[in-house]
Amino acid sequence: MKTNDITVVSSKRGLFSVNLKELWNYRDLVVLFVKRDLKNVYKQTVLGPFWIIINPFLSSFIFTVIFGMIANISTNGVPQFLFYMSGNILWSYFSSCFNRAGSTFLANARIFSKVYFPRLVMPLSGILYNSITFIIQFAMFMILTVIYCFTGDNVHPNIFILFLPLIMLHTALLGTGVGLIVSSLTTKYRDLNVLVSFGLSLWMYVTPIVYPISQVPDNLRSLMLLNPTAPIIEAFRYAFLGSGSVNTIYILISVSVTAVILAFGVLVFNQVEKNYIDTV
Amino acid sequence: MIMKENCVIKTENLTKEYRLGVIGSGSLRHDLQSWYAKKRGRENPNQKIGVSKYSDSDRFLALDSLNLEVNRGERLGIIGSNGAGKSTFLKLLSRVTAPTEGEIRFRGRIASMLEVGTGFHPELTGRENIYLNGAILGMSKAEIAAKIDRIIEFSECEKFIDTPVKRYSSGMFVKLAFAVAAHLDAEILIMDEVLAVGDAKFQKKCINKMRELAMRDDRTVLYVSHNMNTIRQLCSRCIVLEQGKKIFDGDVENAIKIYLGNDSINTVSVDYIDQYKEPCKRNDIELLRAEFYEKTDNRFFDNDAMTLRLIWKNKAEISNLCLRIEVFDSHRYPVTAFVTENFYSGRCGDTASMRFKLDISRIVSGGYSTRYVFYNKENPNLGFENVEIAAGLGFTKITPNMNENPWQKSWGSIYMDEIETEN
Repeated sequence: MKTNDITVVSSKRGLFSVNLKELWNYRDLVVLFVKRDLKNVYKQTVLGPFWIIINPFLSSFIFTVIFGMIANISTNGVPQFLFYMSGNILWSYFSSCFNRAGSTFLANARIFSKVYFPRLVMPLSGILYNSITFIIQFAMFMILTVIYCFTGDNVHPNIFILFLPLIMLHTALLGTGVGLIVSSLTTKYRDLNVLVSFGLSLWMYVTPIVYPISQVPDNLRSLMLLNPTAPIIEAFRYAFLGSGSVNTIYILISVSVTAVILAFGVLVFNQVEKNYIDTV
Repeated sequence: MIMKENCVIKTENLTKEYRLGVIGSGSLRHDLQSWYAKKRGRENPNQKIGVSKYSDSDRFLALDSLNLEVNRGERLGIIGSNGAGKSTFLKLLSRVTAPTEGEIRFRGRIASMLEVGTGFHPELTGRENIYLNGAILGMSKAEIAAKIDRIIEFSECEKFIDTPVKRYSSGMFVKLAFAVAAHLDAEILIMDEVLAVGDAKFQKKCINKMRELAMRDDRTVLYVSHNMNTIRQLCSRCIVLEQGKKIFDGDVENAIKIYLGNDSINTVSVDYIDQYKEPCKRNDIELLRAEFYEKTDNRFFDNDAMTLRLIWKNKAEISNLCLRIEVFDSHRYPVTAFVTENFYSGRCGDTASMRFKLDISRIVSGGYSTRYVFYNKENPNLGFENVEIAAGLGFTKITPNMNENPWQKSWGSIYMDEIETEN
């Protein structure tokens, strides 16, 4: 930054005055926050970073037992464990992006009350941090997929796997967008937190995580696909397992919904950010 | 708003309003209830009884249309009593919160230290925290890497730099944090009394460093403190805030005088009737009133004599009364005491009024509080027997600096005569 740049601080702030250039100037901070979190999350634990891998295996195992073996929900011929793991890792990526963004204001109140940096640095570093965990979990998933492929199971990865970066981006932005809205609201209404954690698990069950969308009755299916997370999961499963189908229209709807939510989230966040420290 | 070339900070009409009391109800249900009632023209069910709806009294101006211009290279001190708006001003400048009205313009980057080691993570080592803290304050990684050796050297923490900071002492913590901030490339440096924690030697080092930054590199320093000595040493200009308004802007010494005068309120007398006093075993006399004789304020310059008048009532036969006037500094640390023994005897029921001349010329500049202790020493086996103890009048001592080297508070509160040298 040049020494002669003039910054104006005033009571009014434009609706969309998000200073992207400033955010870019703080890119090192984003990286440092990610490093800090990676170093600290598993401090004083027995297994340390192995939890990143153990977590999806454990929950996929539980899903397999409960939904696959006991409830006997069909997975369209895809090996059950692989089916649940695919849904599991993508959903946990979504929900952790959501949680990180959703706790931005409350979790960082102390630091925000003492020093200025673009507040969006926090959710951004959250996305980056969660992407790293996701990629590690995804690598495990990939290894399993390849193994299943060779044992001749009904698993067919195809050219659509090239869309993985887009799927990730879409998931992260949707989670963060909703999170930003929640974060802005919880500065005023703490009881929203309870509602939110309940809502999140409800959201998981209306998303085809523990069942394939083909199992849903026809008249409900198109309604369920309007849920912006549903087409993402479907696309992910289609690309890596070759199961289910991808409908471009629903994907486009999901993308537009994400765009609207993200824009609204950033807008609200931007307005709340300037004064929230007085009331938090 | 036009900014002159040399001006780095300009505020216009800067106002910050806070709402007192409970803001909102904090729960969605109550807010919806209130909103619904308001919409239907009913009374708010969550309204507190006896509180008018929108009274002006629940609004509080922490900062009231402040206009200020700071030029490049200036070292501006900001002083004022608690609640005068100093920290609010710094918060607005550092963009932690937004003004209610008005505008600030500044040139370049602002590095603010409203707190020591903001964002320091206890689990990370000193070195990692330098990077993190530097980045939080707006430096890029490359900038920090170029300066890290100098930062570590300045912090005096070389030995512990690869130890997690949770094992640091508070002093080391401050040193490291200050070292990072002092090496920022920011054009404007904001400090909110953060030096208070370091030891005297390090405080001096910090002040010198900030002076150096301002004088050699043309940085601008804004410094808030209650410690007048550091203000004197560091600042080239000083403003005094009171109740959100700027009441003085200019020369440091004058600013301090005004601030100290305001701080201890111009109390020159106190009536003890119905006032709480420290209970003591014997209540032989009752102090009624204390006053500075023929004074209009409680400031004493240089060699001004202090004449104190005390009025009391005897509740018993009094003989050989003794009085001790104890003096404490602003941290309630005892400074000295004036003693007079066996100065009075009187009958029960009499009211006595006496003047006491106190030589306070050796007491250094600052605000002081006092305590009056009447005692008796009649029975040598009992030692001191307190007859009455009362909180006394406070006073402010102002002594102009006699030489280049101003008296440091850390040297003590009593001037001694110059050293006589002999061969």
